[in-house]
Amino acid sequence: MTTVISNPADGGAVPPAPRQSRKLPGWSKGLIWVAAVIAALSVASYMTGVAQLTATGTIQTALVLAIPILLAALGGLWAERAGVINIGLEGMMIMGTWGAAWAGYQWGPWVAVLAAAAFGAIGGLVHAVATVTFGVNHIVSGVAINLLGAGLTKYLSTLLFQPVSNNPRESPPVEKFDTYSMQPLSDWLADLENMQRVGLSDVAGVLRGLVTGISPLTMLALLLVPVSYLVLWRSRFGLRLRSCGENPTAAESLGVNVYLHKYFAVIISGALAGIGGAALLLTPGVHPGYLEGQTGGRGYIGLAAMIFGNWRPTGLLGGSALFGYADGLQLRSGGSTVMALFYAAVLVLFAGAVALVFMRKYFAAGITLLGAAVLYFIYWSVDEMPSQLSTYLPHMVTLVVLAVAAQRLRPPAANGDEYRRGRGH
Amino acid sequence: MKLNLRSVVLPPVLAIAFAALLCGLALLVSGANPLTAFGTMVAEVGEGTAAVDIINGGATYYLIALAVAIGFQMKLFNIGVEGQYRIAAVVAMIVGGAVTLPPGLHALVIMLVAIVAGALYAAIPALLKAYRGVSEVISTIMLNAISLGIVAFLLKPEMFGVLRANSLTTGELPESAHVPGISFGAAGTVFGLGLLSVVAGVGYWVLMNRTRFGFELRASGESATAATAGGVNAKRMIIAAMLLSGAVAGLTALPELLGRDHTFTQNFPQGYGFSGIAIALLGRNHAGGIAFGALLWAFLDRSALALDNIGVPKEIVTIMQGAIVLSVVVAYEIVRRMQLAAEQRKVGQQLGTTSPPDDAAAGGKDQPAATSAGGGAA
Repeated sequence: MTTVISNPADGGAVPPAPRQSRKLPGWSKGLIWVAAVIAALSVASYMTGVAQLTATGTIQTALVLAIPILLAALGGLWAERAGVINIGLEGMMIMGTWGAAWAGYQWGPWVAVLAAAAFGAIGGLVHAVATVTFGVNHIVSGVAINLLGAGLTKYLSTLLFQPVSNNPRESPPVEKFDTYSMQPLSDWLADLENMQRVGLSDVAGVLRGLVTGISPLTMLALLLVPVSYLVLWRSRFGLRLRSCGENPTAAESLGVNVYLHKYFAVIISGALAGIGGAALLLTPGVHPGYLEGQTGGRGYIGLAAMIFGNWRPTGLLGGSALFGYADGLQLRSGGSTVMALFYAAVLVLFAGAVALVFMRKYFAAGITLLGAAVLYFIYWSVDEMPSQLSTYLPHMVTLVVLAVAAQRLRPPAANGDEYRRGRGH
Repeated sequence: MKLNLRSVVLPPVLAIAFAALLCGLALLVSGANPLTAFGTMVAEVGEGTAAVDIINGGATYYLIALAVAIGFQMKLFNIGVEGQYRIAAVVAMIVGGAVTLPPGLHALVIMLVAIVAGALYAAIPALLKAYRGVSEVISTIMLNAISLGIVAFLLKPEMFGVLRANSLTTGELPESAHVPGISFGAAGTVFGLGLLSVVAGVGYWVLMNRTRFGFELRASGESATAATAGGVNAKRMIIAAMLLSGAVAGLTALPELLGRDHTFTQNFPQGYGFSGIAIALLGRNHAGGIAFGALLWAFLDRSALALDNIGVPKEIVTIMQGAIVLSVVVAYEIVRRMQLAAEQRKVGQQLGTTSPPDDAAAGGKDQPAATSAGGGAA
């Protein structure tokens, strides 16, 4: 299929096709993608007159919305690299949100983050006991944890929040993190954005969104991406952990304690999902406290972002950014802006088709061109996406992306398999 | 699997004991006497319409759990029954309100529309799985979310929505589409379409145990490679199982809608799908086991209402349900391992060696479908 929309912003995660000679290093591919996406967005915002596409506000909202997804995705990465499928991310995230609210309204945001991590880790521990020790099917255990997480938090809210907030579905207001901006860069970029030059102002808007009004938790989350990469791919511990996900029997034969590594990975995974829940709660500008159903399936989307990112840190960063952006855009400006995004997608597809023609992949180019034509027809015939449907834009994007890219992805080889010590053949 | 006392009786007993212990602990922590609480819940069954409510709830749960079990039989995780039943309910009610037909036929048409709509919505993950290799777990989770949007979109006043008592509905069904129930006077009315779950249960048993399709389905679940070698078309089986699952899921809401509500409202209960998954696990994909699970679930739901009277938040029931599911799957896994070890000992004795035999003795055993590690989704 098309190589084009398979993995935007996924630097080198996809192994190159055998006959394709590799001229560029992986990271430069990622930069090219980022540049291409920003270029497409700025052209689209100029052509359609929708300035929101690259406005600072949109990018800021996108970043805020992307962080919980990013943390959940990182959680998924840790668990699945050790060979444990974690559908329970959603439940762990719910527990994290509740823990953050409970600790947060009493002792402030930093304690809230710790409590969220602890609550999420408890969920991870249950998942590890069920899947690693008892060999229960990973998806079954995950579904049970999602049920349990939702039930436990409902129960605890009625017990502990209702006396204070007079509402069994809400917590008392929680103190949020302060936000910081990178000065004077932020103001300087604001001047640039206000000049309203095509291209330049768009880049400035995007950059300004990324350096303005950042909470410490956002910085922490972004920092955890390279940290996860270094731990998992550049340390002895990480190599062992990943070997448990690729071939646990081989790892065992080399003296790795597979159970221990899996336990560790799944508990970390739960803690990360829990912090993701805290991020949902502690960022300014959202609901004042915990609200039942606040996570709204973001744990699942995090998992999808990770799959989309081919079980790689850089890839899942791209996936989270895409979901955050789609969500932020529809939240800030609704249906008509979403259609402008279709226009941008048409541009990206068209550019991709041209690139494919140069690579002499004529069939793929044809399919890409056809996709672009269909999208353009939708853009041309529909004025505004109904708000009821545009809310679920990230989910639709996930489906389309998976349909295009699923066969190019490579999960850890022993992902989801039951492992028992001493049972290797 | 050879049926013996240990494999049939022990797991449920273990699971129920463990779940009761866990819930008892939770009750103690919240400052209530567990015995009083359990007693109150059991006593509630005799009150008012509770018994009939439990049967009605159980019938609904049974349908959706069967839908999940069809997928589970071949290790397909149709998490999407939630979305499938909602889409099917809305579409069926809209069509049902738009056509004029004689009584009987009208309800039948509505049921057919629901079946088709549920199956079509399940076709998306089925095709994605068969032709693009997309994990059905992720795609159905996404489709569940999207279904909320589609339902809200269809219920818009500009589309098919009718505003009634501050909530958007699909409009009232004409009299000819109503399905009468079996009245027990003051004790309530059992939905007429509750019989549908009996029919579906029998059909499910026959399909799984007495037809070639059912055999191929279960064979694909036990070992996809062996089934393929035996001439089973894997893609066809995936699509057939998902469509069937979606079709049964589509029926879920109808006993309630045609028997009592006669309209689909915005706040029609959500979450039947996830209960269905839990119940299918609880019932181990057996028609009888699922029936027990569905009634247990409905009992917990209904009798929880009485807990508020003795000062226990009724949300504790959700914890109970989660704990039961987790205990059941763990208990079956423990018993499976015990049996495996016992079998190995037996083989060892027969061979006259004391050393544990190789895995050939263990590898040939069949495993319970839902707990053995399934080939990777996600």
